[in-house]
Amino acid sequence: MEVFGLFNYWIVIVLMMVGFYIVITQHNLVKKVVGLNIFQVSVFIFYISMSKITGGTAPILTEGATLYGNPLPHVLILTAIVVGVATTALGLALIVRIQKAYGTIEDDEIEAQESES
Amino acid sequence: MIQAHLPALQVIIPLIAAPFCLLIRRSDLAWAFSLLVTWCTFAIALILLLQVNETGTISYPMGDWSAPYGIEYKVDLLSAFVLVIVSGIGSVVMPYARLSIEREIPWPRIYLFYTMYLLCLCGLLGIAITGDVFNLFVFLEVSSLSSYVLIALGKDRRALTAAFRYLIMGTIGATFYVIGVGLMYMMTGSLNMADLAKLMPLVAETRTIQAAIAFLIIGLGLKLALFPLHLWLPNAYTYAPTVVTIFLAATATKVAVYAFLRIIFTVFGNVPVLQKEFMTDFLMFLAIVAMFAGSFVAIYQTNIKRMLAYSSIAQIGYMVLGISFISVAGLTGGIIHIFNHAVVKGALFMAVGCIFIKMGSVYIEDLAGAGKRMPVTMASFVICGLGLIGVPLTVGFISKWYLILAALDKGLWPIAAAIVGSSLLAVIYVWRVIEVAYFQPAPEGAETRSEAPMTMLAPMWFLTLASVYFGVDATRTINIAETAAAYLLKVIQ
Repeated sequence: MEVFGLFNYWIVIVLMMVGFYIVITQHNLVKKVVGLNIFQVSVFIFYISMSKITGGTAPILTEGATLYGNPLPHVLILTAIVVGVATTALGLALIVRIQKAYGTIEDDEIEAQESES
Repeated sequence: MIQAHLPALQVIIPLIAAPFCLLIRRSDLAWAFSLLVTWCTFAIALILLLQVNETGTISYPMGDWSAPYGIEYKVDLLSAFVLVIVSGIGSVVMPYARLSIEREIPWPRIYLFYTMYLLCLCGLLGIAITGDVFNLFVFLEVSSLSSYVLIALGKDRRALTAAFRYLIMGTIGATFYVIGVGLMYMMTGSLNMADLAKLMPLVAETRTIQAAIAFLIIGLGLKLALFPLHLWLPNAYTYAPTVVTIFLAATATKVAVYAFLRIIFTVFGNVPVLQKEFMTDFLMFLAIVAMFAGSFVAIYQTNIKRMLAYSSIAQIGYMVLGISFISVAGLTGGIIHIFNHAVVKGALFMAVGCIFIKMGSVYIEDLAGAGKRMPVTMASFVICGLGLIGVPLTVGFISKWYLILAALDKGLWPIAAAIVGSSLLAVIYVWRVIEVAYFQPAPEGAETRSEAPMTMLAPMWFLTLASVYFGVDATRTINIAETAAAYLLKVIQ
C-alpha cells in the first residue's frame, strides 16, 4: 500500500525528470520551454498533494467536518502558477525575437551562427 | 508614524513606481522619476541601517498579520547592509544611465528600460528584507524576470540568446528553491525563517530535510553563479546594455549570496548543516576552483566586458570561500567582499561604458592609446583594477586580508596561498588592459582627447573614490560585517 499511497509523489518525480530531461536534451527552444513547464507543473502537483489528508474535506466551514486539508499550499502554488505563466510568456516572446534575429529556433543552428560571427 | 512603515516602503515604493514609469512614456521624465525613486529607496535603506545599529533588529508584520502566520519583514544588520549596497548602487547608476542608455537602447523603448529597472530593484530589495522563505522566492522571480528583459534589451542579437539561456537556468534554479521550501514546509508547517529555525532541530535528521537542503543549495547556487553553475553569466553580462551589466554585476549575484547566507545560517542556524566536514570541504573546493578557473579564463578574453564577467565568477568564489570557513573572520571577509566587490565591479563596468561611448568598442585591442585619450576614465579603471587585485589601500585588500586571516586561523595555509595566487592572476588580466591603453600608441587620425560626459564620469569616480576611502578607513564596513557575521554564527555556537 505504501507505494500506492505515495502515488502522487511518484508522478511528481516522473514529471520532474521528464521536464528536466527535455530542457537539457532538446535543441528546439520552444520544446525547452515546454520542458520547463512540465518541470514546474510537477512542483505544483507536489505542493497540492502535500496538503491533502486522507479523509479530510476541503477547508470550508461546514457542519460535521473536523478533518480538513491545509489550504496554504494551494495559495502558495497559485502564486507559483502566476510566476510560471509569466516565465513562459517571456520565454516565448524571446523566442519570437530570436526567430527574427537568427531565422531559426534550433539551439545548435544558433550556436553555429554565433561562432561564425 | 511613517518611520514605523519604512521596511514596507523600502520595497513598495519601487514596486508602485514601476507601472507609473510605464504610464509616463516620455524617456526623460521616466528617467527623472526613476532617479527620484532610487534615491528615495537609498535614503530609506540608510535610515534603516542607522535604526538597526541603534535599536537592533526590526520586525515588521506585513498587513499586521503577526509573525509565523503572516509575512514578516525582518531587518537585521546583515539585511540592512545589503539593502544599502543594492539601493546605493541602484541610485548611483541612475545619473550614469541616461546617456549610456540613449546610446544603447532604441529611443521608443527607453521608458520600458526604467520600468524594468525599478522592478528589478524592487525584487532585489525584497529578497534582502523579507523574513519569509516563500516571499523570498516571489521576489527572486520578480528580480529574475525583469533582469531577463533587461539583458534582452542589448543591441547585439546574442543578447537575446543570452537572456533566453539565463531564463532557462534561472527558472530551474528558482524552481529547485521552491521544491526545497516545499519539503521544509512538509516537515515543519512553517515558512517564517525564525520559526523554521526553531522547528528545524526536531526534524533535521530526516531524509526530507536533507533533500530540501540539497535543493536549496543547488537552486541558490545557480542564482549566485557558483562555479559549475555559472554558465549563464558570461554571455548575459557581455551582451546586456552596459548599465544593466553594471547594475546586475554589482547587485544580483550579491543578493543571491545573501539569500544563501540566510538559508544556511538563519533557517538552518540551529542545525549544523555546513559543519559536516563533507559540506565545508565541498564548498571550499568549488570556491577555489571558481577563483582559479574564473581568473584563468578572464586572462584569455579579448572583450573587456567578458573579461570582467569571468572575473566576477572568481570574485564570487572568494565570497563562497569566506562562507565555507564558518568562522567569524571568514564570514566577515565574505560579507565585506559583497560590499567591496559591488563598488569595484560597478566602477569598472562604468569605465567600460565610458570607453564604449567614446571609442565605440569594448575590445582590448581597440584600446590603444586610451590612457592618453581618456585619462580620467582610465585612471579610474586602474585604481579599481588594483582594488580587484587586492593591493593595499584599496577595498580588495581588506576582504582578502580577512579571508587569509580566516584561512590561517584554521591552519589552512595552502588556501591562504591559493588566495594570493589567484590574486596574481588578476594582476595579469588587469595588466593586459593597462598595457594596451597606456603603452601602445593611438592609431593615426584618432581624436587626441575626448572624455565621456560629466554625468557618466561623476558616478564612476564616486564609486572609485568610495573604493579607496573604504580601503583606507574600513572601520565602519568592517564593524558592520563583523557584527553581522557574529550575529549569524551566534545562533550556531
